[in-house]
Amino acid sequence: MATLQSLDIRRRSASTEAPPQVRQGSLEVAKLIDVSKCIGCKACQAACLAWNDLVEPVGTFEGSYDNPPDLTPTSWTVMKFTEYEKGDDLEWLIRKDGCMHCDDPGCLKACPAPGAIVQYTNGIVDFVSENCIGCGYCVKGCPFNVPRISKVDRKAYKCTLCVDRVAVGQAPACAKACPTQAIYFGSKDDMIDHAEKRIIDLKSRGFAKAGLYDPPGVGGTHVMYVLHHADQPSLYAGLPDDPRISPMVGFWKGVMKPISLAAIAFAGVFGFLHYVTKGPNEVSESDQRKGDDLAGRKGT
Amino acid sequence: MTNSWNDIKNADVILVMGGNAAEAHPCGFKWVTEAKSNNGAKLVVVDPRFTRSAAVADLYAPLRPGTDIAFLMGVINYLLKNDKIHRDYVKAFTNASFLVKEGYKFEDGLFTGYDAAKRDYTNKSDWEYQFDEQGMAKVDDSMSSPNAVMSLLKAHAARYTPEMVERICGTPKDKFLKVCELIASTANGERTMTSMYALGWTQHTTGAQNIRCMAMIQLLLGNMGMPGGGVNALRGHANVQGITDLALLSTSTPGYLVLPNERETTFADYIKSRAFKPIRPGQTSFWQNYQKFWVSQQKAFFGAAATADNGWAYDYLPKFAAPYDTLKIVDAMAAGEMNGLFCQGLNIMLAAPQKDKTRAGLGKLKWLVVVDPLETETARFWENHGEFNNVDPKSIQTEVFQLPTSVYVEEEGSFTNSSRVIQWHWKAAEGPGESRSDIDIVAGLYSRLKAKYAKDGGAFPDPVLNLTWSYTNPASPAPAEVLKEINGYVLQNVTDPADPTKVLLRAGQQLPSFVAMTADGKTAAGCWIYTGVYTDAGNMSMRRDASDPTGKGVHPNWGFSWPANRRVLYNRASSDVNGKPWSERKKYVFWNGARWTGADVPDYGPTVAPDKSVGPFIMNPEGVGRLSTRAIMREGPFPEHYEPMDAFLENPLHPKVSVSPVARIFAADAKSFGKPDKFPIVATTYRLTEHFHYWTKSVHGNSVLQPELFVEMGERLAKAKGIQNGEWVEISSQRGTIKAKACVTKRIRPIMVNGKPCDVIGLPIHYGFVGVARKGYATNTITPFVGDASVNTPEYKAFLVDVKKTSAPAASAMA
Amino acid sequence: MAVTRRQFMKVSAAGLAASSVGALGFTGAGDALAAGVRPYKLERATETRNTCPYCSVSCGVIVYSLGDKSKNAKASVIHIEGDPDHPVSRGTLCPRGAASLDYVHSPLRLKYPMHRKAGSDKFERVTWDFALERIVTLMKEDRDKNFVAKNRDGVTVNRWLTTGFFATSAQTNEAGYLTYKLMRGLGMVAIETQARI
Repeated sequence: MATLQSLDIRRRSASTEAPPQVRQGSLEVAKLIDVSKCIGCKACQAACLAWNDLVEPVGTFEGSYDNPPDLTPTSWTVMKFTEYEKGDDLEWLIRKDGCMHCDDPGCLKACPAPGAIVQYTNGIVDFVSENCIGCGYCVKGCPFNVPRISKVDRKAYKCTLCVDRVAVGQAPACAKACPTQAIYFGSKDDMIDHAEKRIIDLKSRGFAKAGLYDPPGVGGTHVMYVLHHADQPSLYAGLPDDPRISPMVGFWKGVMKPISLAAIAFAGVFGFLHYVTKGPNEVSESDQRKGDDLAGRKGT
Repeated sequence: MTNSWNDIKNADVILVMGGNAAEAHPCGFKWVTEAKSNNGAKLVVVDPRFTRSAAVADLYAPLRPGTDIAFLMGVINYLLKNDKIHRDYVKAFTNASFLVKEGYKFEDGLFTGYDAAKRDYTNKSDWEYQFDEQGMAKVDDSMSSPNAVMSLLKAHAARYTPEMVERICGTPKDKFLKVCELIASTANGERTMTSMYALGWTQHTTGAQNIRCMAMIQLLLGNMGMPGGGVNALRGHANVQGITDLALLSTSTPGYLVLPNERETTFADYIKSRAFKPIRPGQTSFWQNYQKFWVSQQKAFFGAAATADNGWAYDYLPKFAAPYDTLKIVDAMAAGEMNGLFCQGLNIMLAAPQKDKTRAGLGKLKWLVVVDPLETETARFWENHGEFNNVDPKSIQTEVFQLPTSVYVEEEGSFTNSSRVIQWHWKAAEGPGESRSDIDIVAGLYSRLKAKYAKDGGAFPDPVLNLTWSYTNPASPAPAEVLKEINGYVLQNVTDPADPTKVLLRAGQQLPSFVAMTADGKTAAGCWIYTGVYTDAGNMSMRRDASDPTGKGVHPNWGFSWPANRRVLYNRASSDVNGKPWSERKKYVFWNGARWTGADVPDYGPTVAPDKSVGPFIMNPEGVGRLSTRAIMREGPFPEHYEPMDAFLENPLHPKVSVSPVARIFAADAKSFGKPDKFPIVATTYRLTEHFHYWTKSVHGNSVLQPELFVEMGERLAKAKGIQNGEWVEISSQRGTIKAKACVTKRIRPIMVNGKPCDVIGLPIHYGFVGVARKGYATNTITPFVGDASVNTPEYKAFLVDVKKTSAPAASAMA
Repeated sequence: MAVTRRQFMKVSAAGLAASSVGALGFTGAGDALAAGVRPYKLERATETRNTCPYCSVSCGVIVYSLGDKSKNAKASVIHIEGDPDHPVSRGTLCPRGAASLDYVHSPLRLKYPMHRKAGSDKFERVTWDFALERIVTLMKEDRDKNFVAKNRDGVTVNRWLTTGFFATSAQTNEAGYLTYKLMRGLGMVAIETQARI
């Protein structure tokens, strides 16, 4: 694969070597998802599939408008619909789910594969599939339960914030498509300014607790939400009220790494050789189940 | 749309009722969110279901499907009772002051002149105005005379109290009154309301009158011709507006001219009743130009063969006895009266109500030609698909052709959007395989037919032999050449009547505007309202200058908006009688002392001074907007609530005339309507944002986003029937049975109608037995075959069903 | 920090088996597959302005196709995206428009004229010549037989009621106009479109 190194790397997973540190001045970008403007049309989902050449299989109707019902290795964003009864009134809360591009990314910190997860200086957190070993650690490390491991190639996938578009000065596909500007893209500062205006408007319409979701527990995010009920993020299909990186990630970094390096070196080498000789293409059912169990997933 | 997509941003109140704009037109709905965030606008949604539009609304009110007129007449009653009308506008710009004939009456659900045996109003003369000896309509400027339209309207609306609205519609009174207050806040020229509707109003036996109601409300509020106002039909297909303009409808000719009927035996008879003379002093009545448009059209169709002597080839056009609208065509097919049918990109198997009737009809044809880019149920109606299409191919004798067409990216030409903007598009690639464009297919039929008629003769070959077809490549006419013909051109020099040496229009030039047309055969134009789209200055539909000089959402150099590149219709009404804007905030088109000017092309004589007292509604012979429609509509001069044909209850207003007395019912379907004892649940059909009609079930991405047919039902009903979310449900009506998966939701809320609980279910329309989405039943299996009285649109939006838990369809059918 | 034994086991077994390789000096393999942003796929694709085919908002779209229109490159649509200049849509698209590439390349697109004989259980491929010739023959046969020149009162009506035409609202104005002209010229009354339904 050709490399178009138009973005500078701030951090790299499992790497002792620091990336070049001189060019750190690039604009921090953010995507602002204004839930109060979202009509749940799924244009973002369609645009994401189209731009990223993803082919999600046709599913079945499972009792709600959520389709596919959850993120998958080929659906990097999905709409989550919540019917919320507030006294006599009903609200249909529709949240676009996907990678939050945390400033302090749990996935990157948890990732043991060198360079499989990178964070660019503009704030985008991206998975470099070529380096991914499919271990599922990123899933554990993510406070938002976002990455998914493909059964086809046992690599982790998630929203790239259309890094290939942003790198050439374009907005992400979902943001561009969004019919009602419920998704807005720009510098993080501009997005925060815009959110403030939206919050004033929402408060004028009776949403006293309207606010911005930019959770400090993960250092803030490069995907933020405007919520009508910012005091209760979990109303929105379980958006974490106060997301933090799993304690397991810190544990791995602190205690596990030195012990395990010595203890299971052989296993590690074997695993790697298996990967390079057998290739990533096919995973047997039992391997998959095992992997899923190990990564703590119910299945994708 | 009377206004435009961009103009919605100028609104202060947006009423989404009779449609679900966020769901069906997301990118147009952007101008609603724009109005909300930049103009402080309030969005009001009235719908049986809490929809995607409701999800971002400031106020949502439920109503029972099919009761929109009761709701809207309730609004009119509120506005009149509380004097929340824009008085100066109403007085000067509507027919509120006109006097109606003394004989007019409305009693027990019927207007005067009804003939029960014919199920029609056979004498509508009492609905008319009183005229003086000069043929001018009489008026009473005080609007208070007992026979003034205003007085009659007040009396008619008085029955629709908030209590009656709640009883009929099931809308809680407090919610209804909140909606009324918001609507009333725009009755002043300072603020405007826009109405966005679609099939939720049209697909009823009372469809045309639903829209009438809103037109009346907007006239009472003074919102017609205003920026951010208007009555806005959000149309369906990318070019349904254009195809309607170009008259692919049973009784029309292009530009909303009318196909002659058999009572109009000569051209003179025909034209006599079309050229409406003004009926108020000083009015212009634009339709006085009818003959110019019609003659030019015949010249475009038949060239030199259309002469003054043969009434401009009057007999080349068919004269109809009865309209052949969609329902009539299907009914005639089912009765075995038709032999051949073309289905060009219209999947009639899923599009017409009562699918089994359509399928039976297709089976009685000798031949069927399906012209489509995709596989369709219509092309495969003869194929067995288990319980979804249980037929025996051997027993079906119809010969079927399936002709592959190219799609939009594979051809060039123009589409006309919902706000009347004609936009060119360019070709990017060839179509797959041997697919051909619609133009090439029609040209192929034409050249072969012409050759056969020239060689062998046959029934009245003249129109085919004389049809103009002088395109550079007759087998594949260039779209630009065709658009030039639609625009119109000059056949012979047109000279100044005052000075014959002065040539106004040269032979061979493109017509600059429809004003230039003549009635003597010197000009030709396919569709007068499109004139101006392709002038000597070039193809205006190709223009792509996105500038909006006034910031009012008017982009005059982007494409071409018919008529005359006007973006907001009736825009002269945005100023008062003296030509002064009603308010600085809503300043749009006004008189500057010498001419009309402003953000838009004035819908008015550009130099006609305000003191000439010409009304702003120049298409009407009275020059004003109509609160009473005189004798023009079939159902009566004022809208009235009638129950849907599958009636949930007896009409509380007049139980003896419960349903529309003039709805289009075919004899064969007289017994096909359901009663609430057997079918106690009200059903409605709708579109999903993830899908477009019946195409996108063949499109992978959309099938991923909504894979399968479901039925939406409230929690109360689901509990009563023991149905869990995601389980299979059988939905039956008097006409058939389908299965769908349950979508149990809080968004369909329990309502009380006339003292009893009313449960509503909703069914998307998009699925069938062909596609990449999950195969399933066609929703139109259970919808009623009955039409609106005025325009014959089927009643898809309100009918009766029952539901019960069931098992999945057989796996073989779903494979 | 609370780490149960169970969690501890999962961590050590799942991740490290493969992940330790980095620390064991295998980073070179990863570096060879360097961190690279996927190249922008539309870099030199040909852009064509078009209009979304679905609803009548008629959003502007840019169609991206393979090749630069040179003789030896067959154009194929590779991407469709909103036209940012369009005053109504301003670059946005709904889920239908955003997925419209899948429409252009739908596996259910028709490629060849097909013919199903009376009573048959299948379509068979035919040539355009065969199809058009046969259709026109059937049309003329029906028209010549059932054309009504005069009604019962002797009024010239020149109508043909036994064949109908359901016209698409997805065709261009130009195609629609020609369809109208021909079918009305034949005396057809039963001409309809989606506008009604």
